[in-house]
Amino acid sequence: MEKIVSHTGIGVPLRQSNVDTDQIIPAVYLKRITRTGFEDALFAGWRRDENFILNQEPFNAGSVLVAGPDFGTGSSREHAVWALKDYGFKAVISARFADIFRGNSGKQGLVAAEVAQSDIELIWKELENNPGTEVTVDLDSRTVQCGSISAPFQIDDYTRWRLMEGLDDIGLTLQHEGDITEFEAARPSHKPKTLPARFAD
Amino acid sequence: MSATQSPQTLAEKVWNAHVVRRGTGEGEARQPDLIYIDLHLLHEVTSPQAFEGLRLAGRQLRRPDQTIATEDHNTPTLDIDKPIADLTSRTQINTLRENCKEFGVRLHSLGDKEQGIVHVVGPQLGLTQPGMTVVCGDSHTSTHGAFGALAFGIGTSEVEHVMATQSLSLKPFKTMAINVEGTLKPGVTAKDIILAVIAKIGTGGGQGYVLEYRGSAIRALSMDARMTICNMSIEAGARAGMIAPDQTTFDYVNGRPHAPQGQDWDAAVEEWKQLHSDEGAQFDAEVFLDADELEPFVTWGTNPGQGVSLSASVPTPEDFEDENDRKACERALEYMGLTGGTPMKEIRVDTVFLGSCTNSRMEDLRAAAAVIKGKEKDPDVRMIVVPGSARVRLEAEAEGLDQIFKDFGAEWRFAGCSMCLGMNPDQLSEGERCASTSNRNFEGRQGKGGRTHLVSPLVAAATAIRGTLSSPSDLVNTSVAV
Repeated sequence: MEKIVSHTGIGVPLRQSNVDTDQIIPAVYLKRITRTGFEDALFAGWRRDENFILNQEPFNAGSVLVAGPDFGTGSSREHAVWALKDYGFKAVISARFADIFRGNSGKQGLVAAEVAQSDIELIWKELENNPGTEVTVDLDSRTVQCGSISAPFQIDDYTRWRLMEGLDDIGLTLQHEGDITEFEAARPSHKPKTLPARFAD
Repeated sequence: MSATQSPQTLAEKVWNAHVVRRGTGEGEARQPDLIYIDLHLLHEVTSPQAFEGLRLAGRQLRRPDQTIATEDHNTPTLDIDKPIADLTSRTQINTLRENCKEFGVRLHSLGDKEQGIVHVVGPQLGLTQPGMTVVCGDSHTSTHGAFGALAFGIGTSEVEHVMATQSLSLKPFKTMAINVEGTLKPGVTAKDIILAVIAKIGTGGGQGYVLEYRGSAIRALSMDARMTICNMSIEAGARAGMIAPDQTTFDYVNGRPHAPQGQDWDAAVEEWKQLHSDEGAQFDAEVFLDADELEPFVTWGTNPGQGVSLSASVPTPEDFEDENDRKACERALEYMGLTGGTPMKEIRVDTVFLGSCTNSRMEDLRAAAAVIKGKEKDPDVRMIVVPGSARVRLEAEAEGLDQIFKDFGAEWRFAGCSMCLGMNPDQLSEGERCASTSNRNFEGRQGKGGRTHLVSPLVAAATAIRGTLSSPSDLVNTSVAV
């Protein structure tokens, strides 16, 4: 994973709550077996509407999405994060993120910055009044900067550290493989195994 | 566990029994715990990139014997003996088959007796048991919490992590008790309970929490009904929902192919009996619901929190104080083609979908069949019945339920996720309105421009008869009036 400490880019105001992952990437795009190339799938339904924010300049070149509360609800599809990243987004700002989406973002180097809704309202106004205004998301100071607005954001320490160091989760866990083996040796014998397969008839 | 240990919730007990390694540090700075995963369920959509990741890193699948795969999201529900027509779907299914072969994973393919929706297959094989940790690259993994397992959906990076390490780095969840006391009225089901819970706490209300459903109304439910409730925990924002195991749970598990046997069974049951929240255990939040007050519940909008009693009317934007809620209501009404103030029971549907990991088990099919038996379907409504698994389909056929559905004029299909998310050909067309027993009424979820009302199997069945959103009690009224 690439390290990310701070990012500055055009902010995109998305005045909508409950942006679920079916909107971020409709199910029809989940049939692909690759991990990249999802930029066309991002908000595919909404992008058919020419008034949608990502169909307008300069927002189409945005890299910081500023959305309403409960962003990323619904399906666990990590494709939602891949689509945002493939389009060019480096950070999403919302007052509240769905747990699985937030976790997926952290694994893929997309910053999910939790900002108070009152600050988001100010940032929305700034971005709408001055399209093209850049937003800085700084993990080091945990602040979001947009024009004259400066707002703190929440992100858990562990995710922040991993993002800033660009660490691979599996590699980190495998440092403790001995602990996993030890745990496995002590599991009760009644725990089910999928193999050998047993059937009802 | 020593006698002096402070009381624990069910979720904490299961968590603590699976800690491979405690995270160091305190409070906010605390590192995640490394949690052991007992069972990993796979399907074709969220696994290909994870298998590819393993391959690229030269890593092994750590526990093929704790991993099982099935084909469900893409599979057609008609002509299953023919090659899958959609080429990208076919490629994705074939990729799963190749990956399972390469990594030694047990796979139940289309046409196999044990194929079906992953969350129906695990419990029915007896692989889902109390006190386990269960994960799957699918948010409705919360279903398995009905057994007192800690079960939650994960993203593809985490799927790869579990494949390689059989564990996950996780921060402890907070706990929320959902207390449902009382007795459900006839015609009110588990689906109505969970839709009412979501409407009450909102689609974000459960974020960061494990929900534990408790109380006399929950205790009285069958396992099929408990699975319906836990299934939709994610629609309240909670990654997991749980119900303490009891005799109902043990009876369900006992005798299933992968249930413990002999001495193992006795040891397991002794252990499972400890799996309940202790007297005095502290929850981080509590919610109370009166089962006696509940009515059939349906959604009017485009997220599962936008629901009302079937006897109520579609809300108007002015009903909401919060500006964002008002805007969300406006937008939802426009998408759904509804006018505020319209009685829910006057909403006419084009399609009824009975299926999905929420409501496609035997009890769901039996309940719907009992309502429609000997009745006539509204001729303008199409009804599609999709059993949750091939095994459910066989059982239903053995009971003659398929004939009841066919006589009624419903389509009796093969097992899979089907119209819940329309990754296969089962989709709504633009503007088509559907009463659906599934779990998500998001824009375009069941097909581009499709309009979804989430309902229970009983409401689905009654709606197919009357053509408008209805409950079985409306049928009684009709016959009296006639």
